[in-house]
Amino acid sequence: MSGHSTYQPQSKFLQWFEKRLPVGGLIHSSFVAYPTPRNLNYLWTFGGILAFMLGVQIVTGVVLAMHYIPHVDFAFRSVENIMRDVNFGWLLRYLHANGASMFFLAVYIHMFRGIYYGSYKEPREVLWILGVIIYLLMMATGFMGYVLVWGQMSFWAATVITNLFSAIPGVGDAIVTWLWGGYAVGNPTLNRFYSLHYLLPFVIAGVVVLHIWALHVAGQNNPTGIETKSGKDTVPFTPYATIKDGFFLAVFCILYAWFVFYIPNFLGHADNYIPANPAVTPAEIVPEWYYLPFYAILRSIPDKLMGVIALFSSIIILAFLPWLDTSRIRSARYRPLFKQFFWLWVIACIGLGWLGSKQPEGIYVIMSRVFTAYYFAFFLIVMPLLGIFEKTKPVPSSISDPVLAAKA
Amino acid sequence: MSMKRTIFALTLAGTAAALALPVMAAEQETPPRLKWSFAGPFGKYDQAQLQRGFKIYKEVCSACHSIQMLAFRNLADSGGPDFSEGQAAAVAAEYKIKDLDDKGEPTERPGRLADTFPPPFANELAAKAANGGTAPPDMSTLAKARTFQRGFPWFVFDAFTQYQEQGPDYIAALLKGYEEPPKGFLLPSGGHYNRYFPGHNIAMPPPLQAGQVTYDDGAPQTMDQYSQDIAAFLMWAAEPHLVQRKRIGFQVMIFLIVLAGLMYFTKKKVWHEVEVPGEIAHGQDPKKTTI
Repeated sequence: MSGHSTYQPQSKFLQWFEKRLPVGGLIHSSFVAYPTPRNLNYLWTFGGILAFMLGVQIVTGVVLAMHYIPHVDFAFRSVENIMRDVNFGWLLRYLHANGASMFFLAVYIHMFRGIYYGSYKEPREVLWILGVIIYLLMMATGFMGYVLVWGQMSFWAATVITNLFSAIPGVGDAIVTWLWGGYAVGNPTLNRFYSLHYLLPFVIAGVVVLHIWALHVAGQNNPTGIETKSGKDTVPFTPYATIKDGFFLAVFCILYAWFVFYIPNFLGHADNYIPANPAVTPAEIVPEWYYLPFYAILRSIPDKLMGVIALFSSIIILAFLPWLDTSRIRSARYRPLFKQFFWLWVIACIGLGWLGSKQPEGIYVIMSRVFTAYYFAFFLIVMPLLGIFEKTKPVPSSISDPVLAAKA
Repeated sequence: MSMKRTIFALTLAGTAAALALPVMAAEQETPPRLKWSFAGPFGKYDQAQLQRGFKIYKEVCSACHSIQMLAFRNLADSGGPDFSEGQAAAVAAEYKIKDLDDKGEPTERPGRLADTFPPPFANELAAKAANGGTAPPDMSTLAKARTFQRGFPWFVFDAFTQYQEQGPDYIAALLKGYEEPPKGFLLPSGGHYNRYFPGHNIAMPPPLQAGQVTYDDGAPQTMDQYSQDIAAFLMWAAEPHLVQRKRIGFQVMIFLIVLAGLMYFTKKKVWHEVEVPGEIAHGQDPKKTTI
């Protein structure tokens, strides 16, 4: 898809350099000449937004790390020191904390888009699985970052989440002790979380490179789900995709800035402004909003081990999507039944998110179970069966066909 | 069969939830929403209010509550109480700071601008012992560490209306929330009934009374005024750069909206020839276009 580069450097030096390391050609073929489907909608701008957010998180994170102290006695204080005495430290920290939320918001839209338009289907299976790996790494990174603040919610979230591994029969307790580096969440835990929280974003960046590479081999999917067939179906990445991505990134930044400057603690939990205290358990232990659906799945199952299995399965199952979905048609645009089941699934995900923030009692438990059952049924029953039984709408012969027809 | 059971279960659960709701509502009463000078996109701290709030902290709260992340120099920060440097230094000099002398012997010296407010108790155990088993919390981040459940759908609206003052609202309500326990409420010994405290049993005795602190600026010496002044002071102590944050935020917003607008029209121009096939953007040679 990416084709060979037609890049011809103008200056003598660049020609000399290009012969020895064709990095200019790589950039040119990937981000300038690269053909993108002409019918992409704004949901396709979230890949660029995610790359931007990863950059923001790394840049702000590296500077925050210059001031942060990974020690149980100083961690909370050092964060407050950043907020109070470091020049624009409050800005760095609020950018980073809300940046994590924006990162997850963007990744969820990106994933919903992928599922709606069947972007995981042949030949994009590896591209999709790399995305699932990035998502898993993001979850681990986000969780450990939240612990670093070392407030009450940090400490107790760390305790609850690491304790999940104690459900593993036989070796569970040994694994938890190994994760903690002791017999409770303490200084060794905080210190290793800091180390890993610094490491994992660069691992993410590495997998992102593979993700983009795989994307440029297979080419982008598009709202019709039809492969591009001729030059008529595509436009060059620059200027068309760059200006479109740039515009929507600016719009996304308005939302981001709204959170950072006006409601910076809206998505946080008040208890995390209380220093960690192992002797006092908070009234409620709630993870960050982006983990809430999975927290609800965990708590909807009465058995601890089964709950943990359900929790991890709910994420791992995404990697099998290319084979669970048996339909030959990619885009939900031509799959009337799938479209309905998809939106029900989105409602289930949001519903689980809301239930994850509620105490597991009464109606909330029953609703969690209904939504959890549907979450899995969507992948394990609906997707395999729909491919066989669904009557799909006629698919146009090429991308430029419906686009041009609509204009006529 | 299973459908019927599901409906039955849902009905049952709905009834249970309806019965449970009033109980949950009694769990924590919603504090009244007050007007704060620092609310909203153009919010600023009221300098006189922060100075009054500091007076209350100094004369009342500081007997039991530390505020260890606040330094004396912060009192002279612009956007805050904005005392003069001399005033802040005078406040600092009133405090005794533990230090070592030239020979390494423990000693006490008057506070300086760079010092943080010394805690009223030597350590947490001493604080507990002196306060009936419950250590009074440090007040540095208190206004951000206290809140109340807003519930759906209110918390969604809060994101748009920028209602972020739950902490000060709660603190102000709590200070005025002391009352006689209702009949049948078993108050443990040493506890005090407070309408707004979660569970209603608070260890802190009513800390403030009308007329207790003398204001020099003529502000009314009432509980309404006191509770709002100290809550505002604690908000500043927890978020000292709020004014700067909102000021820069407005500039960033203007920049981003203009940027997005310019990008939008550039995008429209660039995409014109793609979206209107056959028609070439004004001033372009049809032979040169790649589309």
